[in-house]
Amino acid sequence: MSKKVNQIIAFTIFRIFGLLVVAILFGILGFIVFNGIKVVNWEFLTTFPKDGMTSGGIFPAIVGTFYLIIGSLIFAFPLGVMSAIYTNEYAGNSWIVKFIRIMTNNLASIPSIVFGLFGMSLFVNKLNFGDSILAGSLTLGLLTLPLIIRTTEEALKAVPDGYRTGSYALGATKLQTIKRVVLPTAFPNIITGLILSVGRVSGETAPILFTAAAYFLPKLPSGIFDQVMALPYHLYVLATNGTDLEASRPMAYGTALVLIVIVLIVNLLASFLRGKLEKNKKNT
Amino acid sequence: MIETKNIDFYYGNFQALKNINMKIGANTVTAFIGPSGCGKSTFLRLFNRMNDLIDDTRMEGQCIVDGKDIYNKSINIDELRKKVGMVFQKPNPFPKSIFENVAYGLKVNNMGDRRFIAQRVEESLKSAVLWDEVKDKLNKSALELSGGQQQRLCIARALAVAPSIILMDEPASALDPISTSKIEELIHQLKQQYTIVIVTHNMQQAARVSDTTGFFMLGELIEYNNTKKIFLNPDNEATQNYITGRFG
Repeated sequence: MSKKVNQIIAFTIFRIFGLLVVAILFGILGFIVFNGIKVVNWEFLTTFPKDGMTSGGIFPAIVGTFYLIIGSLIFAFPLGVMSAIYTNEYAGNSWIVKFIRIMTNNLASIPSIVFGLFGMSLFVNKLNFGDSILAGSLTLGLLTLPLIIRTTEEALKAVPDGYRTGSYALGATKLQTIKRVVLPTAFPNIITGLILSVGRVSGETAPILFTAAAYFLPKLPSGIFDQVMALPYHLYVLATNGTDLEASRPMAYGTALVLIVIVLIVNLLASFLRGKLEKNKKNT
Repeated sequence: MIETKNIDFYYGNFQALKNINMKIGANTVTAFIGPSGCGKSTFLRLFNRMNDLIDDTRMEGQCIVDGKDIYNKSINIDELRKKVGMVFQKPNPFPKSIFENVAYGLKVNNMGDRRFIAQRVEESLKSAVLWDEVKDKLNKSALELSGGQQQRLCIARALAVAPSIILMDEPASALDPISTSKIEELIHQLKQQYTIVIVTHNMQQAARVSDTTGFFMLGELIEYNNTKKIFLNPDNEATQNYITGRFG
């Protein structure tokens, strides 16, 4: 076989596998959309479940998921960004930084159900928050912390060193340099990390299973110590634990569709925001 | 103005500078030349303590700027860097507007109110011979400027905080010939008010812009003298070989 034929065969094989990934994604999306679109309408989005969750809507689960996203980011975002600033800007290459990095990676590889268990024993029981938005948010926050730290670190690393030395050479302190040059430059990439973690938080079920999520609630939560319904857990309930599984199946697909669309919107919003920020930076 | 006494400098175990003694007078242009890795940039960075930012380095000896030992513990490094400005090899404007770039040093050092800053930005851009090119687009990003303009912006940025000494680390090596000659002209003008120390790989440039030249090799200051003397009739054979292009 000639070299050229070999090339063509190899190229074709790689292309097929590349396209296969796309096909799988579209297969899943198509399946969910096809099965879910029938039940998704305005009423589905804005009302409570009815008749043992075989009809009605998923409004409280949507609201609950938003609460958990916001709650977890309030904890994880500042903590993660500050931790990344410490390791990347302050600590140099000391053993403590290497230790923090290894631990961050370890934290990222802990299965989410273990976070759930930990959250239950610490936040729910020990600190007595009960099954609540607060406990769930803290648990989800812990889960996304490594992701936020890592993306922030990457964002800070991408800031050219010339900016830092240029700033020092003008008599700026380290803190001024970070605040006025490094962070603004890294900001669009940091935001990307934030959005990625929103995607992660909105889809996680295990961490909220024992810490925040309710099977069914007749009203919306009124404070951070209340339980909430959440989309991924609601989906789990509808698929495995409902009063009439056959009847609630379409509701489950509808829930899945809403969840996917929310994540998709958040991601699109992120790239839009990011593009805008980078454009602003060029124009100001 | 600047005086060094018995400077030794180490990167880890590697000795990059060996017993350097030098005096640099006020309002002169001094050029450092020598083959790559000879220590000339390291030596330059001693004067505003930029070497402090590099891990695992050590200096011995004294470096005196305006009568003060700048490696004394009582020295405020931020104040020192305000007085001893620096321009780098690669133009490094911040990803901010042209105005904000020049105003940066004034703002971080709390030098004056908005009116003062605006006035100072204009003066600095004029001194750097950039004002006419950018006066209508001060709010545009500095990254939109050409390489040569960016480098003059970096010079304006350094001038804004009113230094008395300006260090230039191969300021034109990343620029085209026309931009280079603009920078050289600028150095000539700035000499009236500032003391300039420039590291360069380009020997014609050293000959054109400087009053005094130091030739470095393997961490040693081989010869330090009037630029004319160095280029026409050097005392040392190594200097002669280097400037005539026999090595390096």
